[in-house]
Amino acid sequence: MRNPQTVIEERKARYRPETGPDAVIEVEDLVTHYGERMILKGVSMGVLENEIMVIMGGSGSGKSTLLRHLMALEDKTSGTMRILGKDIDQISRQEFLDVRKKLGVAFQSGALFSSMTVGENIMLPLYEHTDLDALTMEIMARMKLEVVELSGFENLMPSELSGGMIKRAAFARAIVMDPKVLFCDEPSAGLDPVVASALDDLILDMRDAMGMSIVVVTHELDSAFKIADRITILDRGEILMIGTVEEVLNSDSDRVRALLNRIPEEDNLDPDEYLARLVGDNSPGTAHL
Amino acid sequence: MADQKVSAVQKVEGVGKSAVGFVEAVGNGGILVAESVYWLLFGVRERQPVRLSAVIQQMMEIGINAIPIILMLTGTIGVMLAIQGIHTLRIFGAESRVTIGIAFSVVREFAPLITGILVAGRSGSALAARIGTMKINQEIDALKVMGINPTRFLVVPALLAMLVMVPALTLLGNFMGLFAAGLYVNADLGISLAAYAHDTIDILSLDDLGHGLGKSCIFAILIAVIGVVNGAGVQGGAEGVGKATTRSVVQAISAIIVTDMLFAFVATR
Repeated sequence: MRNPQTVIEERKARYRPETGPDAVIEVEDLVTHYGERMILKGVSMGVLENEIMVIMGGSGSGKSTLLRHLMALEDKTSGTMRILGKDIDQISRQEFLDVRKKLGVAFQSGALFSSMTVGENIMLPLYEHTDLDALTMEIMARMKLEVVELSGFENLMPSELSGGMIKRAAFARAIVMDPKVLFCDEPSAGLDPVVASALDDLILDMRDAMGMSIVVVTHELDSAFKIADRITILDRGEILMIGTVEEVLNSDSDRVRALLNRIPEEDNLDPDEYLARLVGDNSPGTAHL
Repeated sequence: MADQKVSAVQKVEGVGKSAVGFVEAVGNGGILVAESVYWLLFGVRERQPVRLSAVIQQMMEIGINAIPIILMLTGTIGVMLAIQGIHTLRIFGAESRVTIGIAFSVVREFAPLITGILVAGRSGSALAARIGTMKINQEIDALKVMGINPTRFLVVPALLAMLVMVPALTLLGNFMGLFAAGLYVNADLGISLAAYAHDTIDILSLDDLGHGLGKSCIFAILIAVIGVVNGAGVQGGAEGVGKATTRSVVQAISAIIVTDMLFAFVATR
């Protein structure tokens, strides 16, 4: 792990906009199950206007599930969720669709439509939700490609792009409707450090230039510390902590320290507890295994 | 003894799970059709109309691109029916009556059946593979987050295109099957094509044509729904897509043949 003091100094040296007072996403006591298995166990958190919230946690901690809930892609067991001030359980289908139009998402795989060119992928939300003429849509798509530094690639098929370019194109599609909230699932996964760092810069630029709130799920600690305004750490379906980078780096929690130092969970367990988990008793960790 | 009991219980459990899976799949198919009808009727009101361009694109893939193989196979079936019909009727010295058998067999049975099976193999599998791949690549999720209903965007155009193109291909298959059979009859029995055509038109009624085309409409819905349900149920990456594709072809062809039999039974009462 990098020296915490160095990370904090680097962050202080960088311009950070003030986070707005209003929450764009509010989650309270979110509980969700896959079958009989409880994945999220009463998660409460929020994302503020114009902030980058990074969600971290080990494999199976529930961070991807939480992200899918934040994007309103999953049915929850209980709890409340407000997106852009609207309780998604209380609004009509049309209002729900209107909320969705203000969300953008860049999936881990890019999720570009393979049968369309890059340009068509980016224009799709405009084509579906606006009455703009074709020329205007093309211009807007080119502008977004310019933002993600992919100018001139609009006529290529997704299969002709590299991994980093696919992610950039996915960002361009995600921001084409100028969303209020942008979700990014593992933006740096599978990329070399240089390309990953460039994507981090792109995320920061989008927050600063477009005033978006951005939710990022990542495993990459360096990336998280570089871009996060706040970090939510999940562990086995529960919130371990929510705080700024400084607060996370200075945390006394053993589990937070273990995550930051990449120490396998088993190394921190009491041997008897570890054995109990392996043999499958009813300890809280059983479902995790 | 205890092992046998356990094995029997497991078999019963397996049958139960399969039955539940079947009912679930039928239910999903029903919901899909209902949703598709909803988006078709109320898409404009919901500000998400079904795009004509998407329907035409699907029609090209499902219908126009399938024309050569449909022509080839229905023509072959027509010739095969003529050969078998003449061979059988020759026993009774009635080979000149072969036209009746060919006309009814092609229009009421073989053209819709062969077309349905071909489209299931070509386009039903492609639909399952496409939707399955989109699901594992999170493209379906991307659509949802963009506020684009996947049923309206992906399913309705395919369903509409099937509903138009399968009967159209069946009609084409009718002509090709009858024409190819006529050529053989002309060559073997010396009956002129004009006389053959006259006999065929004389024998066939609109009811016969409607019988075949009606079946093809049902086949179209079955192919689309089975393809989409299997594609949407994909789990486990590329291997899952392969399995779903195979399953959709087997299920669609089975459903077509069973429906064909039931339709023939009901329609001839």
